[in-house]
Amino acid sequence: MLAGAGLTLWRGTTFLFEELSFVVPQGTALLIEGPNGSGKTSLLRVIAGLTMPESGTVTWRGADFREQTRAGQLRMTFSSHALALKAELSTRANLDFFARLSGMADKVGEILELTGLGSCADLDVRQLSAGQKRRAALARILLSRAELWLLDEPQTNLDAAGRQAVEAAIRGHLGQGGTVVVAAHQALDLGSASLARLKLGEA
Amino acid sequence: MAVPTHAAAPGQATAAPALGLITLFRAVFIRDLRVGLRRWTDASNAALFFILVVTLFPLALSPKAEMLRMLAPGVIWIAALLATLLSLHLLFRADLEDGTLEQLLTVPYPLGWMLLAKTLAHWVITGVPVVVMAPVLAITYHLPASAVGVLTFSLLLGTPTLILLGSIGAALTAGLRGAGVLLAFIVAPLMLPVLMLGARATDLALAGENVTGPLYLLAALLVLAISLAPVVAAGAIRISAD
Repeated sequence: MLAGAGLTLWRGTTFLFEELSFVVPQGTALLIEGPNGSGKTSLLRVIAGLTMPESGTVTWRGADFREQTRAGQLRMTFSSHALALKAELSTRANLDFFARLSGMADKVGEILELTGLGSCADLDVRQLSAGQKRRAALARILLSRAELWLLDEPQTNLDAAGRQAVEAAIRGHLGQGGTVVVAAHQALDLGSASLARLKLGEA
Repeated sequence: MAVPTHAAAPGQATAAPALGLITLFRAVFIRDLRVGLRRWTDASNAALFFILVVTLFPLALSPKAEMLRMLAPGVIWIAALLATLLSLHLLFRADLEDGTLEQLLTVPYPLGWMLLAKTLAHWVITGVPVVVMAPVLAITYHLPASAVGVLTFSLLLGTPTLILLGSIGAALTAGLRGAGVLLAFIVAPLMLPVLMLGARATDLALAGENVTGPLYLLAALLVLAISLAPVVAAGAIRISAD
């Protein structure tokens, strides 16, 4: 169970969010909604431990989130707008690196096919379209073997099939007892999966 | 597209990290080396700058052999330091911008260790060419063979230290625009002992004296930099990525 309690974050002279609390039980998804600039990405970064909030805590199963990720007790993956792909390397080489970090190196070929990147696996990432790069980011998430997914607008640039693949991946992850926090503009079709909503930017 | 079904197995999720420290180091090192070699224009800048500075001195000053011999240790070491400073801002910049650092910050591996691998790859790409070019350029300064050997060895010990010290500044300024000069001002004072010891060792060799003292000190500084700089840089990267 992922929980945030009393999270407050300043940007400049205004609060992005103040005394924000949420609970995401295992096997469910939290959808963060809100207009541009309302702090969706910042909230995800706070959860991931990349940005320190002014106050408040993030906990996983009741214990400190950061400590558990550093100790390897909680595996999470954070997918932001920066896709962490090296333009100079092939798609396969990019994914290989992250797959090795999570011990999934033998699954790279399979995941490339699943995400529809089989035909461009050996192309340099600089030659991929924006949507294909997004698919590569989805492939990295699937290769992360993470329990908790933090996704920042994972459907950006994707075609209809790609958006459905993201939804299917999230459903599959939830079905296996995983937890997902996703920031998105569009409605997500997660079928029967339990989905909570958190609206930001409502003063 | 089919539905991926094996994405996460919660039972596995709390297992120990998949890679040992050595394989982790090699994975990060090889990835950076491959990216660096593909961006060879960036990488060759340091070596070209080094050659340029070293070859300009005899043109502007007197080309007399004894004069050049006297200048060589200082000029080559200063050029090596400036070449290091020139390429230092590239160390973490791309990784911060493309999100690689975010990923490295969220995997359960020691960040300092991964930064050490990155720094070593950076040295192989920008520092090794300087070390390799130095003996060739030293001969054009009429340096005797014994001094050329000491100069090259001092650069071999000194340039990784320079880059490790520089990695602290590079980590601190990775998130800043146009931080090149600021970066140079932050790290240059830290680099002075290396510069002094390296040039001094070559000077002593030129005078036919015992050079073990400064070389031992250079080696000690390298060990110190390897053990401490990545830890400090890791702390700085956490701030830069915020």
